[in-house]
Amino acid sequence: MKPLKVLKIAWLALLKNKVRSLLTMLGIIIGVAAVIIMIAISAGTEATIQDQITGLGSNLIYVSASFEKGRPGESMDSGGLVYDDAFAIADQINGVAGVVVEQSSTQTIKAGDATLDEVTIMGTTADFPSVRDMDISSGRYFTQEEIDRTKPIAVLGSSLAEELFGEQDPFGETITVAGSIRLTVVGVFEEKGMVGDVDYDSRLYTPITIVLEKLINNQFSKFMGDRVRLIYVEVDETVGTEGERTLDDVIYQVSLLLAKRHDVTLEEPDFVITTQQDIITTQESTTAAFRSLLAWVAGVSLIVGGIGIMNIMLVSVTERTREIGIRQAVGATPNDIRWQFLTEALLLSLIGGLIGVAAGVTGAWIFGQASGMRTVIVVSSVLLAFGSAATVGVFFGFYPANQAAQLDPIDALRYE
Amino acid sequence: MKKKKAIIDGKDLVKVYQMGDFEVRALDGASIQVKEGEFVAIMGPSGSGKSTLMNVLGCLMSPTSGEYFLDGEDVSDLDKVELAQIRNQKLGFIFQSYNLLARTPALENVILPLFYDRTSLLTDEEQQEKAIEMLGAVGLEDRVYHEPQELSGGQQQRVSIARALVNDPVMVMADEPTGNLDSKSGAEIMDLLVSLHKKGVTIVMVTHDPAIAEYTDRTIHLLDGKVAREVTNGKEGK
Repeated sequence: MKPLKVLKIAWLALLKNKVRSLLTMLGIIIGVAAVIIMIAISAGTEATIQDQITGLGSNLIYVSASFEKGRPGESMDSGGLVYDDAFAIADQINGVAGVVVEQSSTQTIKAGDATLDEVTIMGTTADFPSVRDMDISSGRYFTQEEIDRTKPIAVLGSSLAEELFGEQDPFGETITVAGSIRLTVVGVFEEKGMVGDVDYDSRLYTPITIVLEKLINNQFSKFMGDRVRLIYVEVDETVGTEGERTLDDVIYQVSLLLAKRHDVTLEEPDFVITTQQDIITTQESTTAAFRSLLAWVAGVSLIVGGIGIMNIMLVSVTERTREIGIRQAVGATPNDIRWQFLTEALLLSLIGGLIGVAAGVTGAWIFGQASGMRTVIVVSSVLLAFGSAATVGVFFGFYPANQAAQLDPIDALRYE
Repeated sequence: MKKKKAIIDGKDLVKVYQMGDFEVRALDGASIQVKEGEFVAIMGPSGSGKSTLMNVLGCLMSPTSGEYFLDGEDVSDLDKVELAQIRNQKLGFIFQSYNLLARTPALENVILPLFYDRTSLLTDEEQQEKAIEMLGAVGLEDRVYHEPQELSGGQQQRVSIARALVNDPVMVMADEPTGNLDSKSGAEIMDLLVSLHKKGVTIVMVTHDPAIAEYTDRTIHLLDGKVAREVTNGKEGK
């Protein structure tokens, strides 16, 4: 029997029961669409996270204070990072393109009639714009000299500038922070957008010395002094032939330097050094776990779809016993019958799979449009879903097809 | 007649059904011969084994013991696949309830045996032509694309006769072909079978109706799984 003819017979049989065929396929359709949509969502999330991490600036090393290591009873000055550590790193280590220290404080600010609560005052250093890929749109950024002199000036994030001054040029305007500290606006950043969950545009940037000496000191005891939570080190890619080597090298040098400065051992440091890659790896393992969970859920729905096919095929075999008998009487062998029903099951799952792919791709797109979340159609997920649907069809079609093939022609012909 | 070869040559055919602890000997040593071109009726009361004999002769099942040569070929001990191929190549079936595929055009129904014929050298177009020719031969040239539910009982039986003939069988097995028909349609079907017989088709028909059996050359009477007697229906002069 020619395969094409078997296919035609199976196709005609499915057409004779359009509604039933469609309902049977529904399980597969939903299963395949679910696999594609879910993987599209998780891949979209992953891509968004990747972009955000990359958006933080490349080749960054994060040096942060390790508070767990600051044992009580010891001098508080011996634990954590201090402002001067940043200068030491910048001065003494090769391959460092820039060092940024950040220390923030949340304050109420006033400018003219406008008052804003809970604004992040970001105290930072001279390399900030280059390390963080921020561009000045008007005015200027502050210099190291101004930082050293604790000059009361501010650079505004784009949305903050608009909120405080509207269309007006904020250059030279005065902003009052925490009721008493008056800062003069010297520049405005270009729009940066959200990076991770941080909105860089709604912040006020000022020399870190302002924050350390005037804001933090007002809130915490004096001995907190010039402690900082985080130092960003940008590694110069042009130094050394291999990026990776340079990064590791700089990390090692920074570790040695800080251990010496803080008088701790490398085995028990009071700081933690994290790279961009560490963060990406952590994110990847999280999203991979998330993704495999989704894939399992979707896979289960595919199996349920397959059981649906088996169920309907079994009903169909019983209902069409007479037809099977007729075919056997005129010469269909058990294999002919088996192939006929197997082909029907396969067709059901393949067509269901195709519709599911279409539904999944459109569904992912619609979901992305409706929720604003990014969705990425992963080609391998489409192939995986479609392939599973076909496998499910063969697997769950085999039992009913076998039942049909084993019917006795006399019993089948007598069946009412 | 004597020179003609035997299409059916069954000797001591026995078919035993195991029903729990006891056996039912549906066929108990029936011997039967049908020659090429004959039109034979098999009659007998319920339980006489005529259905079983029909199933054995139609290669729908193998006898428990005994020899059965169909068209010179020993078919007593074939497996399911071989039996299916024998049915496909050598036999045509006409059933009481027509047994056409529902919601399938007459043409498709008639083609069905060719569809399962692995040895057929006919192209799809030739198969179609042949099926249409067969439908013409039973007087249904204008019902080729009608589905069974659109046809009368007599017409449906004609479709099944066309199907039985499409593979040029050595013998047509007819099981109560007029059982579901009114007397007028029944007579028309019998006339059709007689005309086929006159064209040389070998027909074995199972019936319980003596009037229907009268159309044939010879009637074989079964009783308790054995051939009780054979009667030649001398009605040439009628």
